[in-house]
Amino acid sequence: MTPASEAGRTAGAHDDFDRVAGPGGHPERAARFAADAARAHWHDQALWFVRVKRDRAASALADWEELREAASAVKAHTRSRLADYLEEFERNARAKGAVVHFARDAEEHNRIVHAILAERGVTRLVKSKSMLTEECGLNPYLEARGIEVVDTDLGERIVQLAHEPPSHIVLPAIHRKKEEIGDLFHDKLGTPAGLADPKLLTEAARGHLRERFLAAQAGLTGVNFAVAETGGVVVCTNEGNADMGTHLPPLHIACMGVEKLVPRMKDLAIFLRLLARSATGQPVTTYTSHFHGPREGGELHLVVVDNGRSELLADPDHRRALACIRCGACMNTCPVFRRSGGYSYGWTVPGPIGSILASGRDAAAHRSLPFASSLCGSCSDVCPVKIDLHEQLLERRREVANRGLLPWPKRLGMQLLSVVLRVTWLYALAGWLARVALRRLPRSILYAPANVWGRHRELPAPPRESFRAAYRRMKGGADGHGR
Amino acid sequence: MKVALFIPCYVDQLYPQVGLATVRVLEKLGVQAEFPEEQTCCGQPMANSGVAAAAQPLAEKFLDVFHGYDAVVCPSGSCTSMVRNHYAPLVGTRPEYEKVRRGTYELCEFVHDVLGVKALRGRYARKVGLHRSCHGLRELRLGSASERMEARYDKVGALLRGLDGIELVELTRPDECCGFGGTFAVAEEAMSVMMGKDRIADHARAGAEVITGTDVSCLMHMDGLARRQGTKVAFRHVAEVMAEALS
Repeated sequence: MTPASEAGRTAGAHDDFDRVAGPGGHPERAARFAADAARAHWHDQALWFVRVKRDRAASALADWEELREAASAVKAHTRSRLADYLEEFERNARAKGAVVHFARDAEEHNRIVHAILAERGVTRLVKSKSMLTEECGLNPYLEARGIEVVDTDLGERIVQLAHEPPSHIVLPAIHRKKEEIGDLFHDKLGTPAGLADPKLLTEAARGHLRERFLAAQAGLTGVNFAVAETGGVVVCTNEGNADMGTHLPPLHIACMGVEKLVPRMKDLAIFLRLLARSATGQPVTTYTSHFHGPREGGELHLVVVDNGRSELLADPDHRRALACIRCGACMNTCPVFRRSGGYSYGWTVPGPIGSILASGRDAAAHRSLPFASSLCGSCSDVCPVKIDLHEQLLERRREVANRGLLPWPKRLGMQLLSVVLRVTWLYALAGWLARVALRRLPRSILYAPANVWGRHRELPAPPRESFRAAYRRMKGGADGHGR
Repeated sequence: MKVALFIPCYVDQLYPQVGLATVRVLEKLGVQAEFPEEQTCCGQPMANSGVAAAAQPLAEKFLDVFHGYDAVVCPSGSCTSMVRNHYAPLVGTRPEYEKVRRGTYELCEFVHDVLGVKALRGRYARKVGLHRSCHGLRELRLGSASERMEARYDKVGALLRGLDGIELVELTRPDECCGFGGTFAVAEEAMSVMMGKDRIADHARAGAEVITGTDVSCLMHMDGLARRQGTKVAFRHVAEVMAEALS
C-alpha cells in the first residue's frame, strides 16, 4: 500500500469516528458512551439478546464444536497455500466469464471500481453490505467523483442517511433506537413525524429503496465466501438486497478480501452452518446467493483486495485473525463492546477482532485497543472459526509495549513493581507500608482524585498482618516483625 | 506428595484470611501444605500490561521457589493460569518449567481433580451466588463456559453443591466478566465499573446473600463497588466458604 493514500484514508476514517464518538482513545470514548447509563444498558441488552439467540441456535447442533474445529482447519489450510487458491479461483472465475481484478490496497481498489463504473457511464450505484468497501472508503471516493451510491441493506442505509459509519459489522445501526430512526426517516424520507413502528419504518425504507433499485445502473456487493474450485462467489443477506441490486442492472461488481477463499464447494457447508447461527442466531441467512459468472447479457467484475492482508498472513502471531468470517459474534459477546458501542474503537471493524486488525495496521494510532478488553476470553470461545482472540489481544499489548507506546507511568510503574517483587523482603515491606497507609491516612488523601480505583469503589479493608506473618505465627515461628 | 501453597501477592498482603482458609481446607482434607516464604508474585500484572521484560524475572523466581514440589496449590484461577498458560514465552526453555506447569493447580481444581473430592461434606446455610471468574473458567476450564456447546460441568459448583443448606442462585448471565481485569480496572474505569455493577445486580436479583468465587481480585472489585453503592451482599472467597462449611 502506498503510504500517502493509506495515511489519507486513515485520516478521513479517524475524522468520522471523532465526529460520532468524540476524540480520544477507547477509554475516553467508552466513558462517554457509558455516561448515559440507561442507553449503554439498552445497547448491552440488545446485543446480549443476540448472543442468547446465538447460544440457542448453536446448541441445536450436536456437532457445533466439531464444526468450529473443521472451519478453523479449512481456514488454516487455505492460508497455507493462499496464492495457489487465488490463482485457481481466478482461472475458474475467468472461465465462467467473470473479469477478475487484483488490488494491492484501498486506493487501487477504489480506482478499479471507479474505472469500471466511469467507463460505462454509471452515475447511480446500489450496494449491498460490504465491510471491505467501508474499510477502503469507497463511498466517499465514488461520491467525490459524481457517482450516487446507495447502501441497500436497511441498517447500512440508516447510517448512510445519518452520515455515520456502521457501528457493528452485522448490525450497522444497532446503536440507534427506533424512535431516532423514525426521526431520521421523517427528515430524509418524509415519513410521518413520530413514527417509530419498526414494521412501518421498514416498509418506508423498502419503498424508498425500490426506487433506487429500479434506477440503478450497476450493483455492487460484498462477498462472504469465494470458492476456488468453482470460481464462484457467495453472498449472504437477510433482505435479498444483494439479489435485487444485481438482477436489475447489467453490471455486478463484487469486492472481496483475499481471505474470503475456501478451497471447495463442500467446505461451504461448514461455514454456512456456522455463519448465520453465530451472527444472529438464525439457522441460515434468508438468502444465500451463488454467483457463477455474469448473468446473460451482463458483466461480473470481481475485485480481489489485499490491503494489508498479506502482511497479516506473514505474521505468525496474528495470521489466524485472517480466518475471520465477519459474523460479529465476538462483538455481541464482548462485555466491553456491548457497553462502549462500536464507535469507541475508532475503526471500521470494532470489537475484539477489530482491535487485533486495527492495531496491526497502525499500532500507534490504535494503541488503546489491545487494552480495551478484560481478557475474559469469551470472544475466543464464541468465535466460530476458533480465532484465539484474547490471546492475540495480549500479544498486541506486548507489541504496544515493545514499540515504546505504553503511557510512561504504566511502563515505569510496571518496571518498578517488578524490581520490588523480585526481592522478597522489599515486597513484604511495601505490603506493610500499604496496609499502614490504608489504615492511617485520612479518607481525603486515600480517595484523592488520583486514585482512579476509589472514584467508584471502596479500597479493601486493611488487615493487621499479612498472610505470611499469620502463617509464621501459626506455625510457631518468629513474629514476622509486624509484616 | 509434597505440596506448596502459592498465595497470590495481593491475597498475602490484603486478604490473609483467604490464605488461612486455604490452609484449613487443605488440612481438613488431609493435605499438609508448605508455604515457601521466598514467593512474591507470579508476574501477571506486568505480563498483561505487555511488559514481558518486567514479568520474566518474576517467572524465573517462581520456578526457583516452587520447582521442588510435587504440587503447587493456589487460591486463584487467574494466577494459576498465568503459570500454566502464559509462562512458556518467559521461562519455557527452563527444564523445571514443565513440572511446575503440570503441578500448579487452582484450589478447587486440586480438591476436585487431584484429591478426587467430588462433593464436600459440611454445612453452609446461605444463598450463594457463584461468580465464575474468567481465567478459571475459560483458561483453566474449571467449568463449561456458556459459549461452548459441550456437556455441562462445573467443578467449583459441584464442590459447593454438596454442602448442606447451601442454595446456589441462578444468574441471568452465568459467566459474564465482572470487569476487574487487572489494570483494566483503572485504564478502562468506566467499563470496569459498569461491568462490575451489572454483575452485582444480577446476583442481587437472584437473591444471593453471599457472592463467592475462585479469585479474590474479582471479589475485591465487586466488593468495593457494592460497599460504595450500599448493596447488602457479602463477598467470600470459595476457600473461606469451604473452610467455614468444613469447620
